[in-house]
Amino acid sequence: MKQRGILVRDFSHYYGETRSLNNINLDVYRNEILGIIGPARSGKSTFLACLNRLNDLIPGSRVEGKILVDDQDIYGPEVDVVALRRKLGMVFATPVPLPLTIYENIVFGVRLLGNNNRRELDRIVEDSLEKAGLWAEVKDRLHTSALKLSGGQQQRLCIARVLALKPQYIMLDEPTSGLDPISTMKIEDSLRTLKKDYTIILVTNNTKQAARVADRTAFFLMGELVEIDETPVVFTRPSDKRTEAYLEGKFG
Amino acid sequence: MTKLEKNDRLVRLGLLMIALSAISVLAIITLFIFEQGTPIMFRYGFKSFLLGQDWYPSEKSFGLLPMIVGSLMVTFGALIIGVPLGLASAIFLTEFSHRRLTRILKPVIELLAGIPSVVYGFIGLMFLVPFIRDNFGGPGLSVLAASLILGIMILPTVISIAIDSIRAVPDSYREGSIALGATRWQTVRMVVLPAARSGIIAGIILGMGRAIGETMAVIMVAGNAADIPGSILAPVRTLTSNIALEMAYASGEHREALFATGVILFIIIMILNTIANVTSTRQRKK
Repeated sequence: MKQRGILVRDFSHYYGETRSLNNINLDVYRNEILGIIGPARSGKSTFLACLNRLNDLIPGSRVEGKILVDDQDIYGPEVDVVALRRKLGMVFATPVPLPLTIYENIVFGVRLLGNNNRRELDRIVEDSLEKAGLWAEVKDRLHTSALKLSGGQQQRLCIARVLALKPQYIMLDEPTSGLDPISTMKIEDSLRTLKKDYTIILVTNNTKQAARVADRTAFFLMGELVEIDETPVVFTRPSDKRTEAYLEGKFG
Repeated sequence: MTKLEKNDRLVRLGLLMIALSAISVLAIITLFIFEQGTPIMFRYGFKSFLLGQDWYPSEKSFGLLPMIVGSLMVTFGALIIGVPLGLASAIFLTEFSHRRLTRILKPVIELLAGIPSVVYGFIGLMFLVPFIRDNFGGPGLSVLAASLILGIMILPTVISIAIDSIRAVPDSYREGSIALGATRWQTVRMVVLPAARSGIIAGIILGMGRAIGETMAVIMVAGNAADIPGSILAPVRTLTSNIALEMAYASGEHREALFATGVILFIIIMILNTIANVTSTRQRKK
């Protein structure tokens, strides 16, 4: 039996009066890649934001139901939101390196914890960049601006930056939507490697990407979870007509 | 040429004339000041103007150093007061306050810029000067009083420009930083402010330009003695005050010396503006 990491139960989310997620129930298993597919505005990104409470930043955001991460109710009163966000690292669609050097981008979150030991930081930087598959390309220019990297490199830098925080979960929101096929391939390769140590949730607009890397795939539509199953099942024998229609490109 | 094309040309020509007339006014003012002010500087030597400590126009002694020092002290004092206050207000209004509160407060702050400077001076004279005299000693009319008044007067400039440049920082930076486990304040301190730095600096320099150019409010609270002030409680005279106080009755070389004061002020302001332009373009290039 696979171990459950995240449990989502009867979860709904509202922006003001608009319901953006409707009664979601799903589990995320440890060390799997869960792909989330669905058309634009189906609630995929909102779902990720709810998992690490980035939705707190949006005025008028409100939730119902429960999300348990490692048996902790993340909307409970005693939750350390900062610690939660470190546990569930997030990579955004547009790579957003902070306007700092490559090195400082990686250690940004580590420094926030008060760790300033130079040797340790050096090790974290090398380790994270190695895991994100970027070390070889940037090791000679760690102290130049991260904004000078190419789009694909910036995105891998963002992954490395999340890894530096030693998260348990990595959530990626359409991480390759702005990237060329080779950069995309490199990122997918790193995801397969990372699966050994992390649980990965991958939101993607590209259904083929989910087919390539996800162990299980969930299909969201207009704020509802239509179905979730092993990836080959979803792609070859979907149980819901809407999934089939979406995969065949009939809408979305 | 079609009729429309002809029209276009006419409009272009008309606008060009208007643009040129605005620029030529500036050019004429510059020429006039330099034409009136530089001959006396050549006659007595730049050194005696820039470094001379005695301003006795009737005895042909035109040392402007006390006024240069005075202007710089008062301006620097205004920055010490205005910049932390302004920056803190801007950070609060952009990052921490409720959006509705910002919508009310920002126009109120901008209204500060519309109050005539003589009103600031009057309030300073009625309340601030006696307060300083009674609590800290000295005549009350002082560097401190002028700095405080100017510090408040530059707030709208500093705040508006700081707000604009903080707002120009993409939200994705904030999200990225918060997703990495930073608190709001850490995000502001380590990401937002560095990203907005050049804009904020440009705002501070514009505020500085306003402080150094302000005349009426300063005349009313600064005491205007033409000596290098020994402390922040001593009276002080600025370059602009020097011109405004004496121009009404000055003639001959005295009058020329006041224009020379204007030349020096002009150069100081040009330097500040150039710095402002360079810093804000450097931001865009990044």
